Formats: sequence, C-alpha cells, structure tokens
Amino acid sequence: MTRSTRTLAVLCVTMLALVTTTGTAKRASAEPLVVDLSNHLVAITTGFTGTDVLLFGAVQHEGDIIVTVRGPDQDMVVRRKERKIGIWVNSESARYKNVPAYYASASNRPMDIIAPKSILQDYRIGLEHQRFIAISDNPETDQKVYRDALVRNMQNAGLFNERPAKISFLSNQLFRTDIHFPANTPTGTYTINVYLIQNGRIASVKTTPLVVSKTGVSAEVYEFAHRYSALYGIVAVIIAVVAGWIASVAFRKR
Amino acid sequence: MQIYLPIAEISVNIFLILGLGGGVGFLSGLFGVGGGFLITPLLIFYGIPPAVSVATAANQIVASSVSGVFAHWRRGNVDLKMGLVLLAGGIVGSTVGVWLFAWLRSLGQIDLVISLCYVIFLGIIGGMMLLEATRAIFRTRRKGGSIRRSKKHQHSFIHGLPFKVRFYRSGLYISALLPLAVGFFVGMLTALMGVGGGFVMVPAMIYLLGMPTGVVIGTSLFQIIFVTANVTFLQSVQTQTVDVALAILLLIGGVIGAQFGAQFGARLKAEHLRALLGLLVLSVCLKLLFDLVIEPSELYSIMPGNL
Repeated sequence: MTRSTRTLAVLCVTMLALVTTTGTAKRASAEPLVVDLSNHLVAITTGFTGTDVLLFGAVQHEGDIIVTVRGPDQDMVVRRKERKIGIWVNSESARYKNVPAYYASASNRPMDIIAPKSILQDYRIGLEHQRFIAISDNPETDQKVYRDALVRNMQNAGLFNERPAKISFLSNQLFRTDIHFPANTPTGTYTINVYLIQNGRIASVKTTPLVVSKTGVSAEVYEFAHRYSALYGIVAVIIAVVAGWIASVAFRKR
Repeated sequence: MQIYLPIAEISVNIFLILGLGGGVGFLSGLFGVGGGFLITPLLIFYGIPPAVSVATAANQIVASSVSGVFAHWRRGNVDLKMGLVLLAGGIVGSTVGVWLFAWLRSLGQIDLVISLCYVIFLGIIGGMMLLEATRAIFRTRRKGGSIRRSKKHQHSFIHGLPFKVRFYRSGLYISALLPLAVGFFVGMLTALMGVGGGFVMVPAMIYLLGMPTGVVIGTSLFQIIFVTANVTFLQSVQTQTVDVALAILLLIGGVIGAQFGAQFGARLKAEHLRALLGLLVLSVCLKLLFDLVIEPSELYSIMPGNL
C-alpha cells in the first residue's frame, strides 16, 4: 500500500517536472517523447512474489503509444506428448533460438488500429510478429503448431502476456502503464521500447533497459550453488547431518 | 507467507512446505518409514520441478537417516561390515544413477522415468504390504500366527556365488556380490527417485540376504546416509538441483512431525499400521498412474536449453 502511494507520488512529481520541462524547453530542444520507469531494477529477494513496474512518459504532440518489453533471449525446446502403450510420453520435439524469456506489450488503443501491419512486422512489435528461429532436424515438423504451443506455454507460465496491456493517457500528453513481472520472472537485462506513432508512422522510439536480478540471500545461494557447486554439495550434506544429529539429541530424553 | 526458493526459482508458501514436511514426518514416525517416497511425489504435485524435488529429497533424507541411526547404533543394531559392503554398491549405483538422471533429463524423459519408477515400486510394495497386513489382521483372530520368514539355510544359486564373506553381526556367510548388487540397485533408485530406498532395501535384506530383522533397519539407515549424501553431492555438482532452503524447511517440519507420529503410532496395532501405509502407498501410486494414462490438457511442454 505504502509502496504504491510512494510510486504515485514519484510519478506526480516527475510528471510535473516533465510537463514544466517540456513546456519551457520547447524551443531549446523539442523532445517528442520522454519516458521513464518507476524502477530500473527488479530485485528478486527471498520474499519476491512478483511486482509491477510503472512506465510513464510524455509526448509533445498527440499520438499513440506502444510499449514492448523483451527479456533476454534463450533457446527453447518444445516437446509433444504422444500416447505409447497406454501412457503419454514425450516424443517429437522442436528447438527454437532467440526466444525471449519474457515478452509483454502495451498500447493505448488496439495495435492494428494504431499502425499498419507492415510497420508492426518490420519493427517486430507484438507477440505475433516475434520471429523465433526454428532449428529442427525433422522437416516434417509442423512449425506453426509448435510455435503456437511455445507461445501458449509461455503465456500459461505468465511470461508472455496474452493481450497487450492498457496504456492510459492522463491528459493529451501524459501516459502511464504498469508492467507486471510474475514470481517466476527470469533474470537478465530486459529491453523496453516505447514507440510514438503519429498518422500510422513511427515518429519516435525510446529504448530503456531494465535489469531483473536476484539480490540478498537467495542470490547468494544461487550464485554459490552454480559457481562452487562441489562446495555447495558438501555444505548441503553437512547441514543435513548436523540437523539430523540435533534432532536425535533434542528428542533423546523423551 | 511466501518464500522464494533460490534453486527451484519459484516462490512457495512457507507454511505449506512446513506442513508437507510435517505431514510426511508424521507418517514416517507413525509407520517407521523414511518418507522419501512420499515427499518427492508431493513436491512434484505442488509444482516444484521434478529434478529439484528428487535431488532435494535426497538431501533431506540424509538428515532424517542421521537422526534415526543414532538410536540403532547405541543398541548395536548396525552390522557395520554388511553396511559397508552395501554402501560400496550404493556409491557406484547412485553415481551411475545421477549420470543416468542427467542423461534422461537432456532427453526430456526424466519426468516420465521418475513417474514410472514410482508407479511400479509403489504399486508392488503397497500391494504386497496391504495383502500381507490384511492376512495378518485375519490371522490374529485365530491367534498364534507367525510372520512368514525365509529359511536361513536354504540352498539356492545364491550360495554358489564366489567371494564369500562372513558377516558376524548378521550371522551370515554369503557372497559379497549379493549385498553389492542390492546396494547398487537401491543406490540407483535413490538417484532417480529421491528415496532412501528403505522400502526396497529392508525387504531385500530380510528375504534375499536372510539378515535377522533386528539389524535390518539400523544397517539400512547407516548405508542410506552415505548413499543420499553421495547423491546430494553429485546432483549439486552435475545438475545444481539441490535446494538447501527447501531441504531445511522440509527438515524442520519432518523432525517435528515424526515425534508426533511416533507417539500416535504406539497406540495402533502393527498390522493395522501396515494396512494403512499400504493403502497410502497405493493411492499415491494410483494418482501418478492416473496422470500418466489420462490425456493431458496440454500435450506440449517447453524447456529452456539445448536438445
């Protein structure tokens, strides 16, 4: 509760600053599009259950806004289950390169009204215009089915948003939107693109990075487990032995 | 209250995990079993990745076996020599098992193999337990029923095997190959299923090796400690799937639950306990089998990484 009021206060102050600066500095350097985030770092702490990052900005002249958030690329394997001797078994698979670990988009109006399809395609805006490079040894694999399955699974995991989120304009110039990051958000550097579209053409683009990283105890444990995995294994065993010994001593007298 | 698990990389309800550990601990205290065969499927049902569930369960079993072995050690119920031979087989078996685990994981078949292993073993053991216990329940009505036991000195191919060793504590003179093989097999199960293997080891020791029942539990606990420790270490190195935070939560719940279970269990008849455990094991087995047989709502699954 306090957090959201604080971000709201920050937002109001920043927006005021934006309005005044865009007002006074109009002649000096006309920035058609100004954006910022409430937070450039999403910290995954031990109590992390997902979070919202507020994106806000201002435009000089009226226009439409599209925001895309893209997580770090990774390879993904999609497997299909098939019934064999009565049980469902993973059989065929397809592999995709450069699948974003997270993808979300937002717009103030439906995207296909804002911009022609060719522009959305060229700039790869929106989920359906993401190109995943398929690496398949089986040419008969139906790529469309696998691609759909990939997207569907990512959506079910909450890592691809199902439909673009809403960007709200507070006046003709000020806009804001919340970007949601679920509890299972992958770590890495995210790229946020904000497109200003006027008359069906992209008038301005602003790119801003966002870092999702683990901090605190959980980050240290993860780091330790991956960097010094042998030592981690030994420590895990020692913890278990000591805990078991304590338990046996604690309950011996009864 | 939610807690983010560093290795499983998901956030879980801390009380639910404590409760899970406590519930399984209660049952293990009640029935006198390790509980690994319950904790792993329950973690998977909850949504913890199977690989993390199996590796972490092994870590947790280290602790529960350590706490159990002291009492048996003090009473002299551990056949050290037999334990060491079983252990030698167990170390090799679990090492092979971890390697097999990593290989199956890369093929995308690990979840299936884990489920199948559970269905087969839980089905056999639960069924046998239930059958034996119901027979015992009916037999006690007639009084004087004794538990079936294999004859110690019957001669079979087993006694023709080479490398015979004398195990004084167990009063046995058998080939070392036999406990080595048992250890190897159970070690492999530990790595693949995240179980201590007591439910396979104990019957194998009694019926196959012919060990006296008094030393069976202590000796099996003794060797389980080292085999699960080996699995914990190797999984940490090879797959980085041991979640210490999750293991500690399960431990706390398990230790407390086991105390209550043991007190409660003292009030029930042994064969009733075994019948109940048999039912429980069978129901977990059926749930897993059901998930394998019915058509899943999502036929496709995704996994990051290379093929």
